[in-house]
Amino acid sequence: MSIKTRAPVGREAIATFGWWRAHRFLILRRLSQMFFLSLFLLGPWFGIWWIKGNLSGSLSFGILPLTDPFIAAQSLIAGHWPELTGLIGALIVALAYALIGGRVYCSWVCPVNPVTDGAHWLHDRLGLKKGWQPKAGTRWWVLAMVVAVSALTGTIAWEFVNPVSMLHRGLIFGMGLAWAFVVAVFVFDLFVSRRGWCGHLCPVGTFYGLLGAKSVLRVSAARRADCDDCMDCFAVCPEMHVITPALRGQAGETPIILSHDCTNCGRCIDVCAKDVFAFTHRFDATDAPARDDRSRSQPASGASRAA
Amino acid sequence: MSAKKNSQPRQMDRRRFLQDSARGIAGCALAGMGLGYFISDARALPAQALRPPGALAEDDFLAACIRCGLCVRDCPYNTLVLAELGRDGPATGTPFFTARDIPCEMCEDIPCVLACPTGALDPALRDIDDAKMGVAVLIDQENCLNALGLRCDVCYRVCPVIDEAITLERSHNERSGHHAIFMPTVHADKCTGCGKCEKSCVLPGEAAIKVLPARIARAEAADHYKLGWEDRNPLVDDLIDLPDRLPGPGTDNLAAPGGYLPEAMPDPGMEGGFTPSFKLPGTRP
Ligand code: SF4
Ligand code: SF4
Ligand code: SF4
Ligand code: SF4
Repeated sequence: MSIKTRAPVGREAIATFGWWRAHRFLILRRLSQMFFLSLFLLGPWFGIWWIKGNLSGSLSFGILPLTDPFIAAQSLIAGHWPELTGLIGALIVALAYALIGGRVYCSWVCPVNPVTDGAHWLHDRLGLKKGWQPKAGTRWWVLAMVVAVSALTGTIAWEFVNPVSMLHRGLIFGMGLAWAFVVAVFVFDLFVSRRGWCGHLCPVGTFYGLLGAKSVLRVSAARRADCDDCMDCFAVCPEMHVITPALRGQAGETPIILSHDCTNCGRCIDVCAKDVFAFTHRFDATDAPARDDRSRSQPASGASRAA
Repeated sequence: MSAKKNSQPRQMDRRRFLQDSARGIAGCALAGMGLGYFISDARALPAQALRPPGALAEDDFLAACIRCGLCVRDCPYNTLVLAELGRDGPATGTPFFTARDIPCEMCEDIPCVLACPTGALDPALRDIDDAKMGVAVLIDQENCLNALGLRCDVCYRVCPVIDEAITLERSHNERSGHHAIFMPTVHADKCTGCGKCEKSCVLPGEAAIKVLPARIARAEAADHYKLGWEDRNPLVDDLIDLPDRLPGPGTDNLAAPGGYLPEAMPDPGMEGGFTPSFKLPGTRP
């Protein structure tokens, strides 16, 4: 099935449930991204210092320390044992994401997400080819590389180039030329590799994914029996390979999307006109029958390739 | 399905896996080298970027500082800033200050150190007078007004550790012949590197006195050097005390001024030298 001949993604869902219902998690996600950014901007812009610092490390209301666990981990690898405040902050953040899904950071908080989502939107509008698609394991290699360089140079290596913290810090403390890194990510996603940055390279996302490997909050293809193969969920999912095992699973296989690559963005829930997906927890054992023709048509592999 | 049928694709799988891994390793090694090179480049802290009080040595600092900017936020004088990429010299996002812009006011409670969640600013620094952000150096002794023989004294007056970190050393003014020069002189063991002197140097543009990181400003005495006037202990225990050699026959000191024998004097009647109280065998009396 060709993407080009298909009706725009989500049209059916809008027709069935209305615009808001077919966009709610997208809107909520943008609101959440703006919310977290503006919390940090309240201080420098309006002098309301509820939160000081940035995503790398912050202090809220003078008592709650938060630290990026990925940065703390690199610091440890580089040979520095952070002070208790920093460690506690990292622990709090790590625990939170371990519960709600590590890559919730990616879809609900990370300031680069609107950038790469924007690149993807434009990519779609321009009808560009998907371009270079790195191998599935590439992000692990990148993460390993960051760990190795941290150890070898004795520095928090990724922070020298991390577009995520550069953008966030830049907005709060002053940008300098950091925008160049952000533009580079945008251009990379637009012309070089569709969904390349967040989907294949960014070690921050990989680390958070690892953190949330056993997270409680999950999306489930609970009503997968109703799926009519419109492929809209594959089209909107930034990590489409995570859908297949749950949606195309045989009866008896779990309908819960267990891959830690899933960002819990909820877009599949939005765009499905058959209301197949829903947020649930990983221990949800509700029976989810597979579609009866599953064993015959086997569109799973073909579908993920097409999408 | 027989095992035989399977073996072919399995081999292919293994080969592909190995190829992919090799590619992954090669790619990451390349990217890693690039990143490492970039890091070593970004590590070179420029001379006029000073780290906040209590900052660990630069190498340790880059392992510790998460670039959160909490120190920047808690500095009441807006001394500290986070380095911006391409604009400021230090590694991007790390805190520093430029003395000539806004120096450190040496807050007694050191809020920047208290704010740091990671220990990149060492909490062991309790007394701001122990801070070592750098060392002031009177770098332009040709334009410093005091060095020219005038009484400017501004750097000396503003120093929070006045008369200890910086003193005025008096010497004769050779040029005028009857004035004194009061040379601002920094004592590195007391100087905190706050930069107040550099900030207030009255010269337009660059200051004649500048705070430099200790790694640039300070030399190090070799381990075995010893200042005999400070440390009076002998170098080696049980020094061998050789007999002092007096000028006289049998020694190489035959040409001692004034000679040693009356005969050697220009006028033999002259009282010259002395007569040794000992005699080596086989020498003339
Ligand atoms: S993958 Fe990286 S850049 Fe993308 S959203 Fe996640 S943390 Fe942000
Ligand atoms: S001691 Fe005070 S003035 Fe100096 S950097 Fe720290 S907070 Fe700022
Ligand atoms: S508070 Fe500490 S960790 Fe944060 S930017 Fe300042 S020195 Fe770095
Ligand atoms: S930097 Fe200058 S003002 Fe500050 S302690 Fe040293 S000599 Fe004094």
